[in-house]
Amino acid sequence: MTDVQQKANAAPVPDVGSAVPKRRRRLHPALVIAAGAVLVVALTYMLPPFRNYQLATMGAYFCVTAGLTVLTGLNGQLSLGHGALMATGAYTLALTQNKWVNLPLSFAVAVVVTTVAGAVIGLAAARLRGPYLAGLTLAVAIVVPSVTSTFDETFNSDQGLSVILNPPPETIPMERWQAWLCWGAALAVVLLLALLIRGRFGRDLRAVRDDETAAKLAGINIARTQVLAFVVSAVCAGVSGALFAVLAQSVSPGAFPLTLSLFLVMAIVIGGLGSLFGALWGAVLLVVLPTLAQSVGEQTGSQQLEGNLALVVFGVVLVVVMLAAPGGLASIPSRISRLIRRNR
Amino acid sequence: MDRFIYLTFDGLSRGLVYAAFALALVLIWRAARIVNFAQGSMAVAAVYVAYSVTNATGSYWLGFVVALLAGLLLGVLVERVVMRFVDHSSPLNGVVVALGLVLVLQGTLGIVYGNEYQPVETPFSRDAFEVGGIAMLSRYDLFVFAAVGTVVVVLTLLFTRTAIGLRMRAAAFAPDVSRLLGVSVGGMLTLGWALAAAVGSLAGMLVVPTELGVHPTAMDVVFVSAFTAAVVGGLDSPIGAVVGGLVVGLLLSYVSGYIDVTVAPMAILALLVLVLLGKPGGLFSSSKARVA
Repeated sequence: MTDVQQKANAAPVPDVGSAVPKRRRRLHPALVIAAGAVLVVALTYMLPPFRNYQLATMGAYFCVTAGLTVLTGLNGQLSLGHGALMATGAYTLALTQNKWVNLPLSFAVAVVVTTVAGAVIGLAAARLRGPYLAGLTLAVAIVVPSVTSTFDETFNSDQGLSVILNPPPETIPMERWQAWLCWGAALAVVLLLALLIRGRFGRDLRAVRDDETAAKLAGINIARTQVLAFVVSAVCAGVSGALFAVLAQSVSPGAFPLTLSLFLVMAIVIGGLGSLFGALWGAVLLVVLPTLAQSVGEQTGSQQLEGNLALVVFGVVLVVVMLAAPGGLASIPSRISRLIRRNR
Repeated sequence: MDRFIYLTFDGLSRGLVYAAFALALVLIWRAARIVNFAQGSMAVAAVYVAYSVTNATGSYWLGFVVALLAGLLLGVLVERVVMRFVDHSSPLNGVVVALGLVLVLQGTLGIVYGNEYQPVETPFSRDAFEVGGIAMLSRYDLFVFAAVGTVVVVLTLLFTRTAIGLRMRAAAFAPDVSRLLGVSVGGMLTLGWALAAAVGSLAGMLVVPTELGVHPTAMDVVFVSAFTAAVVGGLDSPIGAVVGGLVVGLLLSYVSGYIDVTVAPMAILALLVLVLLGKPGGLFSSSKARVA
């Protein structure tokens, strides 16, 4: 970082599209995260157990959507393999936990293993663009049941494994403990991501996304940046998978189908690619929409409607958002105001 | 040795199906520079239509023809209603929209038909003939050879010998000049999508009976195999797609036969990684660099 660079960064960028350029003071991420933590703890005391469980699920999803939005939105790498990376984290946690019954240790091992897995896929992916990258990661997503069936003495093929857990302390109900665990992990992950993308690493990511040649000329190591981005988001996916293993107290390949990876893409697109807040809304939607679809299915009494309606809704939302507002739902107000201004 | 011969023929028969499916991907790639990730789901939709028609009328062939027509129609719909409006400033957009279509199709099929595997019948027996005591080919394999062979010949003639094929190639190669010369570029694009979707439906009709049956996600693994086949051949080359399909089919057949069926998807992934990292242009690609 030279002085010139710092000056260039500090210069206020006029906000294109608004008549009056305004400078927003950005809160430090740590403050936002602390406020979020207070909010979550307060919520867990107010909500009934089942809602707390759903809150926990949102936290687990938030981990992976935050990591994926950084990879896809800021670095331009689309990954359809994050469901498989979640499975990696989940299975690692299950195997370690069943051996030593030590949750912090299991999480640490899950993080290490998904780091390695992410590095391997990332190294292969770093040279690929667009559809090739999507195809490769899609193949990774498809491979999960194949792996669990081939090494069935370890992974117990389609039945999967159950996870041994020590019960939480007597004073805390199970669901509240789950919500704390998931949101604790999610907020920690998101804080780290927020700090990462504020700094030099984030600028490198965006530079590589926007113009590889220029980034190379500016001395950014393209391959290293891309692999690092993949590893970071893979770790987020691994933590998320491990959380899901704890939540369900079991792991099986059926929990990580291809549609899960597609859901994750939907979640980050709908919130606006590259925005951590968008990733939060995506995670919330991933829990809320299926619940709504399920209640509709129950009202009509149709078994076939329950899971599939959510698929259709997600798919339609994904297509419509991509066609109408590629910046995600957050960009719609500014687009509308621009349209109005243009028509005056 | 007997087993090897049997597996080779089985692999060739499978490989031709992947070749047809890879051809469908190549058609759209050449026309629109999009890899249609919804191809598998579109094919499944066509197979379900055939399943309904066959169950209603009792005629396999009527179902077969209707499936191809349904594929054509679905291709037109997808291109006219959705893909035409994709912003191509980033190559991600086309992929993401196609993935959205995958979700829509899978969900819709699940709502209409349920999420169980429905067995699908074949028009010919799948028991292999024995030649000199060695099991080689079944009647169904011959049917597959004939069907895919016909498709390849028809497509080749269409693109090389007819005015419409010339227009399609021109529209893909130089859209602006073609427009000046009076070619309806948008129409050619729609036609390309329709053709590709019909070829994809044919591949679906051929492959689904040999697997567990028809299911909303029946083509997921087939799609990855066909994508691998297309990449082996280089996404630009129809001949490459056919060769790539045969390579993938043989690989899958040997791996399933000599090791285990469950290993097959891993073998595909390994092949895909090898090709992408070792010979990224594919074996038959005409372009120098991979810019997609």
